[in-house]
Amino acid sequence: MEPRFKNIADHALLVTFADDIDSGAHDHVIALDKAIAAKMPVGITETVPALVNLLVSFDPVLTDHSAVEAHVRRCLDVLEIRTIEGNLRKVQVCYEPPFAPDLEAVAVATGLSTDAVINAHLAATFDVLMYGFAPGYAYLSGVPDQIRVPRKQTPVRDVPAGSVIIAGAQCLITTLTMPTGWSIFGRSPTSIFTGDPNHPFLFDVGDRVTFERIDQNTYARLSGETSHG
Amino acid sequence: MVEALFSVSFAGPLVTVQDAGRPGNMRYGVPASGPMDRLAFDAAHAALGNAQGLPAIEISLGGLMLHCKEGSVTLAITGGNFVVEHNGQKTSSWIILTINKGERLAIRAGTEGSWAYLAFAGRLLSEDWLGSQATHATSGFGGGAVQTGQNLVVADAAIRNDRLGQIPEAGFVASDAIRAVIGPQDQHFDENAVACFLSETFTVTDAYDRMGMRLKGPLLGLDGALSIPSEPIVRGSVQVSGDGVATVLLADHQTTGGYPKIATVISCDTDRLAQWRAGQPVRFTSVSSQQAINDVRRFMAQKTQYLAQISVARGSLEQRLASENLIHGCVFD
Repeated sequence: MEPRFKNIADHALLVTFADDIDSGAHDHVIALDKAIAAKMPVGITETVPALVNLLVSFDPVLTDHSAVEAHVRRCLDVLEIRTIEGNLRKVQVCYEPPFAPDLEAVAVATGLSTDAVINAHLAATFDVLMYGFAPGYAYLSGVPDQIRVPRKQTPVRDVPAGSVIIAGAQCLITTLTMPTGWSIFGRSPTSIFTGDPNHPFLFDVGDRVTFERIDQNTYARLSGETSHG
Repeated sequence: MVEALFSVSFAGPLVTVQDAGRPGNMRYGVPASGPMDRLAFDAAHAALGNAQGLPAIEISLGGLMLHCKEGSVTLAITGGNFVVEHNGQKTSSWIILTINKGERLAIRAGTEGSWAYLAFAGRLLSEDWLGSQATHATSGFGGGAVQTGQNLVVADAAIRNDRLGQIPEAGFVASDAIRAVIGPQDQHFDENAVACFLSETFTVTDAYDRMGMRLKGPLLGLDGALSIPSEPIVRGSVQVSGDGVATVLLADHQTTGGYPKIATVISCDTDRLAQWRAGQPVRFTSVSSQQAINDVRRFMAQKTQYLAQISVARGSLEQRLASENLIHGCVFD
């Protein structure tokens, strides 16, 4: 896959593998991200993986676009694409009221029972595509076809942190109290902020995620033990 | 340990603790944050003789009023042209002074500039998140917003009489159009949009916070492709929403987003723009990415030299009078 390079201001290079969302492009993004991280040359400060492209940020005092592009091309020449290499992460979720205000609506929209909606969500394995919107907001792809619903017309305000929300093919576990137009159908006691300074965020881009059902008592017990934020 | 204790008599919105920021976490949705005007922030610390990057308070147009409850400490105020009132005496920013127990300090918006910095000769204590006290304003993570009624503690509070007085402002900051490199999604705009972006005058609106600055001006037409896959965003990205309105993203920007970016402001001009106020006109000029690097390298070299100059203690008032007397022959000339 031959990428396109775009110079951004004085401090970044954007490497784009496709114009539209494409799993092959995302595999390339992850592989290139890992290749650059494995041997970070002087001047490159960070990389940001997204859906079809990778941002490579650098210190303009130490290097420049053409040196960074040359390094990226050398990484690409020996790039190995492995489709599944991330860690598998388990996230517990309680689908009971009051944590699932939109579960009924998702069931109605998809013509399924609420249990069938939950079971479809539990049966799927999700991929961590990228982070965005706010700290710790990891976009997970892999919502099964039969429970995909569009965004709601009007966002709901003050949705609590830990809400498990879906829209289209994507699922997300919120980390902050925020408005959302996605369907809220569960609450997780598992915080994306781990509190571990060596691994402060639960997921890395490229990880896979499955959900595990818990009841309200378990939620109450676990959320008491877990610190959010 | 010598501490200075302040109570916050008043803090406007968007007054926050900031340090040099937490770069390296954009992949987790976390922008670097840190000061909106990095030069003014660094100057405050340099002029006090502090190490670079320590926490300071970023003051918005809303202003800040402090009451010193315990101890004494020397402090520096830089940034926009703000009005400083110390114990009833009016002065302006780019000043170093010492505040003592019982005294009051007020910092209010003056004739120009949107952000001022208050740095202490000591360590401002606040919460740390991911190794930095910089506040991410949307979440409140990090040192946090400074709130009316709270206390502020400065540990290892020092008095530095040899640094009191005015801080010389940097003379090398550009004053013309804001330099930007076109793209990275200029291909998603209609053929007039880039020309229009570079030739027309925009205006800063009051839809302006630490995340970004919305501009008023000609609408920038998108070329059909309204939904691009979410892409990384940087500080300085000029993103254009579906209705053609441009927003310049700043220190607390979202890290990814699906709006196309017509251009990206170069780093030193991002901070210059951040000091502008609602109603001020903005013009953009296009530079190549190589020119951008040359310009930023020159800026950084000048900045390093400037910070080194102002970090030299000028001596106490007596010492300065004596040295000037030797040079000029007359103190009261």
